[in-house]
Amino acid sequence: MKELLRVQNLCKTFTLSAKQQRLEKTNEKRKVAVDNLSFSAYDGEIFGLLGPNGAGKTTTLRILSTLIKPDSGDAFLDGKSVVREAEQVRTKIGFLTSELKLEDYFTPNYLFDFFSDLYHVDEQVRAQRKHSLFTRFGISRFAEVKIADLSTGMRQKVSLAIALVHDPEVIIFDEPTNGLDVITAKTVTDFLLELKQEGKTVIISTHIFSLVEKTCDRVAIIIDGKLVTCDALDKVKNGLSLEDRFFAIYEEVAGGVE
Amino acid sequence: MKGNILTIMKKELKRLLGDKRILINAVLLPGILIYVMYSFMGYALAGMFAPDAAPLQIAAVHMPTSVSQMFEAAALPYIDIDATDVAEIADIKSLIAAKEFELLIVFPADFDTMVDAFDIKSQTTTAPNIAVFYNSTDSDSERVYAQVAAMLDSYEATLANKFDVNGGDEVYNLASEKDRSGQVFSSLMPLLLTILLFSGCMAIAPESIAGEKERGTLSTLLVTPLRRSELALGKIFAITIVGTLSAISSTIGTILSLPQLTGGASDGLPLFYTMGDYLLLGIVVLSTVLLFVSLMSILSAFAESIKEAQTYMTPLMIVVMLAGVTGMFGGAAEQPLVYLIPVYNSVQCMNAVFSFEVVQLHVAITVVSNLVYCGALAFILTKMFNSERVMFSR
Repeated sequence: MKELLRVQNLCKTFTLSAKQQRLEKTNEKRKVAVDNLSFSAYDGEIFGLLGPNGAGKTTTLRILSTLIKPDSGDAFLDGKSVVREAEQVRTKIGFLTSELKLEDYFTPNYLFDFFSDLYHVDEQVRAQRKHSLFTRFGISRFAEVKIADLSTGMRQKVSLAIALVHDPEVIIFDEPTNGLDVITAKTVTDFLLELKQEGKTVIISTHIFSLVEKTCDRVAIIIDGKLVTCDALDKVKNGLSLEDRFFAIYEEVAGGVE
Repeated sequence: MKGNILTIMKKELKRLLGDKRILINAVLLPGILIYVMYSFMGYALAGMFAPDAAPLQIAAVHMPTSVSQMFEAAALPYIDIDATDVAEIADIKSLIAAKEFELLIVFPADFDTMVDAFDIKSQTTTAPNIAVFYNSTDSDSERVYAQVAAMLDSYEATLANKFDVNGGDEVYNLASEKDRSGQVFSSLMPLLLTILLFSGCMAIAPESIAGEKERGTLSTLLVTPLRRSELALGKIFAITIVGTLSAISSTIGTILSLPQLTGGASDGLPLFYTMGDYLLLGIVVLSTVLLFVSLMSILSAFAESIKEAQTYMTPLMIVVMLAGVTGMFGGAAEQPLVYLIPVYNSVQCMNAVFSFEVVQLHVAITVVSNLVYCGALAFILTKMFNSERVMFSR
């Protein structure tokens, strides 16, 4: 399989504000979010980043999506550096995270067209893609309703559709089912599998074991910014359930659950 | 690049002009409010100085013939009071205190004789004293007092009159009607326009950048292939268009209300300005709006919320107002280098346009320097959009 994403010795440290120090209950002024992280993802697979809150999953995905830059190290998407060739990387990825919001004032229809313009999607292709995605997620019935008036699930579907306006090679989802009702969560999970069938590479970060077991081909476990293991799902599980295996690893690395 | 800037501009304009609240607050209301406010101020001021419908009540004791003629000429009727009627004099004083009577003026007996006998050089006798009783908290009483005091001062001056200044019937002020009218506009409009332009931009710039940052929608744009410079320019141009619409609305409101505000002194004034003047003014206004928007965009990008952005803009507003005040005094600056100072240059150019003394080189320096500053600020904004410390500081 072709290596589509290569993450090489990625490091990222954040300076903590006084407020953040209080929240994190620490006197340290700097926090290592990602510590020398390296892994690869291959063409047509679903790759999962699994770890507890604060492990560095979201920071890694933000670096991959070019929103932030690493302190050192690099990541290459189809050979393009996320540090030096960020604009080209952006044309190849679709990024979905709860951090990225859609403007309340606009409708799904308008936003799809707006983002299609930014990605320079041909009008005819755009129309076909919009029809296909809006039908797939049932967006057509609320396509002219303002985002402000949509439920969380509806918004997530619209965000999904918009992340795919340019038919990206790699789709990066940060906690794709977080905060969703069971029906919408299943729609998203099924869609991840559909994307895989279409030959897309999907990178997800999650702390939901069932989602990883259901969708991922390979998985990387990150704890305190460090890569603990990265392999095919079955190999990582090593005969156990993913949950049992994760806690065994966690106990070994972090000294158990408090 | 052009395509993406247009896409961002279209989206911003749809957001800013499509939202009825923003359209009303940023574009329509400023003009309407300014018209209503200035007209009201004008009418209120006019009312303060207009004579009361009720006849004025003035009483005089020992009114001399010389002064009574002046009262008649000034159409100030009065009633004579006998100096021995102490009770009535006391009553009138009480009525003045109660704001029911305007003025009591008491001359010494034989005032005219005493005046004739008084020698200002030797001062062998005491100067005759006129007592004028009034109530400073009663606007009518205060106004009549000022009129009578001026009349008596003038009479006093004529007693020792050795020469006159401009005493003939000729027109001594050689300023043309156009120049005098221009003076009215040039002393008011640069300050008003500068403040209006600034407040018009202030109503929308924080919403467009700090608002998007606060709502998390700016990050959504940052993961697209859109260049940061395209995002910066698209936003600056769109806000400038809405800011200019706000400025036009405010300017129309101001021009329509000026005759009321200045008590008719500026009636018919716009007719004196040519299309060339309006064009120069338009160019200066546009470059000023661009400068304000660029400055506000930088402050908005620094802020984490609309409220924080507005807080940052308050000191800037004070600087802009101070620059605006300079337009109220004297003519426009003559040294070309002065026109490199941002905001001050715009105020000076507006002053020059309104007072018909515009120098095209000064306007050119102002516009070009403003555009250069805008370019530099847009560059800084682009860098800020690239800075994760600025964009994701939470």
